[in-house]
Amino acid sequence: MAIAAEAVAEATFVEHSRGFRSRWYRTPSFVTGVSILGLIVLAAILAPVIAMHNPTDQDLLHTLAGPSWSHLLGTDDLGRDVWARLVYGARTDLQIAFLAVLFPFAIGTTIGLLSGYYGRWVDTIANWFVNVVVAFPFYVLIIALVFALGSGTRNIYIAITIVGWVSYTRIVRGEVLVAKRRDYVLAARSAGLSDPRILGRHLLPNVITQAIVFACSDIVLDILAIVTLGYLGLGVQRPRPDWGTMIADGQTYLTTHWMLSTIPGIAVVITALGLSLLADGLADLLRPE
Amino acid sequence: MSLGAYVVRRLLALIPIALGVTILVFFLIHLVPGDPARTILGNQATAPRVALLRHEWGLDRPLPVQYAKFMGRIVRGDLGSSLFYNTGAGHLALERLPVTLWLIGFGAVLSVLIAVPLATIGATYRDRIPDHLVRVVPLAGLGFPPFWVGIVLLLVFGLHLGRLFPVGGYGSGFFGHLHAMFLPALTVAFAIAPILIRSLRASLLEVLESDYVTTARSKGLPERRVLVNHALRNAIVSTVSVLGVNIGYLVGGTVVVEQVYAIPGVGQLMINAIFQRDFPIVQAVTLIFSVMVVLVYLITDIVHALLDPRVRFD
Amino acid sequence: MTEPLLRVEDLRVEFRLSSGRVVAVDGASFEVGRGEALGLVGESGSGKTMALRALVGLLPRTARVTAGSIEYEGVDLLRASEDARRRLRGRSIAMIFQEPMTALNPVMRVGQQIAEVPRVVLGVGRRRADERALELMRLVGIPDPVRRAQAYPHELSGGMRQRVMIAIALAADPQLVLCDEPTTALDVTIQDQILQLLRALREEFGLSVVFVSHDLAVIAQTCRRIAVMYAGQVVETGSVEEVFREPRHPYTLGLLRSVPDFELVRERLSAIPGTPPDPAAPPSGCRFHPRCAFSRHDCTGGLFPLQPLGGGRATACIHHEDCAEDARREPVLARA
Repeated sequence: MAIAAEAVAEATFVEHSRGFRSRWYRTPSFVTGVSILGLIVLAAILAPVIAMHNPTDQDLLHTLAGPSWSHLLGTDDLGRDVWARLVYGARTDLQIAFLAVLFPFAIGTTIGLLSGYYGRWVDTIANWFVNVVVAFPFYVLIIALVFALGSGTRNIYIAITIVGWVSYTRIVRGEVLVAKRRDYVLAARSAGLSDPRILGRHLLPNVITQAIVFACSDIVLDILAIVTLGYLGLGVQRPRPDWGTMIADGQTYLTTHWMLSTIPGIAVVITALGLSLLADGLADLLRPE
Repeated sequence: MSLGAYVVRRLLALIPIALGVTILVFFLIHLVPGDPARTILGNQATAPRVALLRHEWGLDRPLPVQYAKFMGRIVRGDLGSSLFYNTGAGHLALERLPVTLWLIGFGAVLSVLIAVPLATIGATYRDRIPDHLVRVVPLAGLGFPPFWVGIVLLLVFGLHLGRLFPVGGYGSGFFGHLHAMFLPALTVAFAIAPILIRSLRASLLEVLESDYVTTARSKGLPERRVLVNHALRNAIVSTVSVLGVNIGYLVGGTVVVEQVYAIPGVGQLMINAIFQRDFPIVQAVTLIFSVMVVLVYLITDIVHALLDPRVRFD
Repeated sequence: MTEPLLRVEDLRVEFRLSSGRVVAVDGASFEVGRGEALGLVGESGSGKTMALRALVGLLPRTARVTAGSIEYEGVDLLRASEDARRRLRGRSIAMIFQEPMTALNPVMRVGQQIAEVPRVVLGVGRRRADERALELMRLVGIPDPVRRAQAYPHELSGGMRQRVMIAIALAADPQLVLCDEPTTALDVTIQDQILQLLRALREEFGLSVVFVSHDLAVIAQTCRRIAVMYAGQVVETGSVEEVFREPRHPYTLGLLRSVPDFELVRERLSAIPGTPPDPAAPPSGCRFHPRCAFSRHDCTGGLFPLQPLGGGRATACIHHEDCAEDARREPVLARA
């Protein structure tokens, strides 16, 4: 009986993955998203190779220069190569964003799983926490937290985690509420399988797909948050290259050298586009047929 | 149940959340690593000043007592006093509140004005070229950092195209406000319009397949009336909730937008306070912002109940 | 003989699905005379609802008419402009839907939904339109119409909602009313009331009706003529009386024999063996032949269009004589 229940749960999960494997290359949004993102990630990884300059090297004799063969995108107000800062900025921001999404994902999914499955007071308490966090505007809370904790990368992770777990909890809880009435869960319970086993091996694989799809768009949100914090001077600290600080630094020269502020923003937009396409494609692919 | 009873019920449900909010705000100060008073004062920290601050904030007392003091002050309307200005933090914030409310309201209105026509076009021309164009907006739009959009708009409209709009400030008089706030409000609108478009389009698509739309068409009504009075009227009910949730996001976005356009609102106050390490103001502003958000949620619920007669009959 | 009000010939409706194309209606033909009630009978999947929807151009987004003609008062609706079709809706051809809960706008008061027709479609002034709505509500038997007009659909019972639908349908004085299983979703007692109402209204206003249903008993109560549909095709037409007495298609015979308590006592109930065919892959030859007790070798290939038998009867079965004989031997109806 227990074996049968496990088999059903496995089958449901395998259904998802098999559908994915056979269709991923035929889903245009997924393919485009992966390509765009892939290019940017590649650029970030290869930054030391393709940058041609050190992003923090100042050259005060050649500040605010236009594009040239030695400086593909020109230099900023301290003579630093813009292209180098751009690719190293990608390195910084992407690294932080991808990592930053993991903790809220893990914590939020766990809480959602427990809250949805056990219900009653566990659920009530979890919901209370969710509602309290949600009562704050996203940016305001992040800024306040970063202020209190102090600026710097480590605190960005903490702030994003404290604010970001909420969405995952809601999504997973919703999925669990539906899934726990399904036959395979009822079968597993009546077969006497222990709760952790049910949660971990049966429920989790089947409710996690929505959370994964959301994680992709959450990375976009995180990139925006990191870049915004950088703009405000509260995020990645200078002189470490970051798209947000680049935009802020360029704002003073908006009338004469508008490219300094515009280009990093375009980089953000393209990266976000790749991720959004990826999320859309993933949602299509992981939808149970 | 009547609308009044519904409102009261929602307000009561808000109480535990309000408590939770105050707890979170209260705890902000305890997140500060090391000695909060010393860290806050930064390089102005001298031993007597630190001691004074610790005493004033009750940092030498046990936590529950501190919280009680904190709540006591809030209930009396005292949100702490600024470390730099000689006035109460709450007073400072409330002074600047109208400006920020202007920005939020104007931004919300613009976002609806942008989203509704686009979503309708997308749903009406489903899967054809106009729809594909419309669908690009949420896809790409969500990746635009609001502050960067602000800068670009400033660049294009404020500095280049005949300097149509002022590059900062609040303006005076109603039309002065409209003029000065147009670009900032547009920036804010661009931030949430993508989500509204996506939600409303999906909602419309669903509604357009429903039986009552077929009934409306079978009456011989012109298609425009079917679209507006029957389809849109129903689709908008769920979008109102989405708008409400996103106004929370919108409120936060004003903080950054105020920076870009140098608008003297609550957001700018917060950022300045952060650089001046004026903790009480940051705390007060955070609290006020969350009160605003909670009120918005409440209003959204009420509007939703007004728009959908099925809701009250829970 | 006067021209029929509505004449459908060789109607073909296709669905575009992700898995391919499905033919929902494959060459259906029938007619409705002025003031006449035609019953369109068939199981679910027979194409009867799609055929009905096609008449007013209200097919779902993924479906379209790919062949045939629909002539209303001599004008082919399929070749007319969308504008022309829209002008006919409400004013000449009205429709009553199956599920009154979902077929009414949930956020609009019912009075408004009725008054909308004269106001917007006929250009009547607001006050006059509201009065007309109240008149109509009284006509369809809604008590206390003034108060009820302010109600929202979810505040009314199923029977009331269906009456509202009928009021909406009649609001612009149509000549032809299309009914898509209007009583299927209602309780049995209410069903009766609604059917009686429809009958009364039809007589009073001389309406023509196309009544779609899977329930033979309901059709027998409301219609004078009948068209039987199977697997997207019309397989038999004729007057209700004649067809019930002497069905000339095995499917009709099977249907009649499978209906319990049909105003009489019968020796035995029988079900038609097998299941209706998959619309994406119908059998070759006569579509009913795999389940048919009278089928022979010549039923397995070729086309089987409706053959007129004179006197308004038609059948698609080439062995209809055998069928009729069987029916005479073991009648469905105790009395003719």
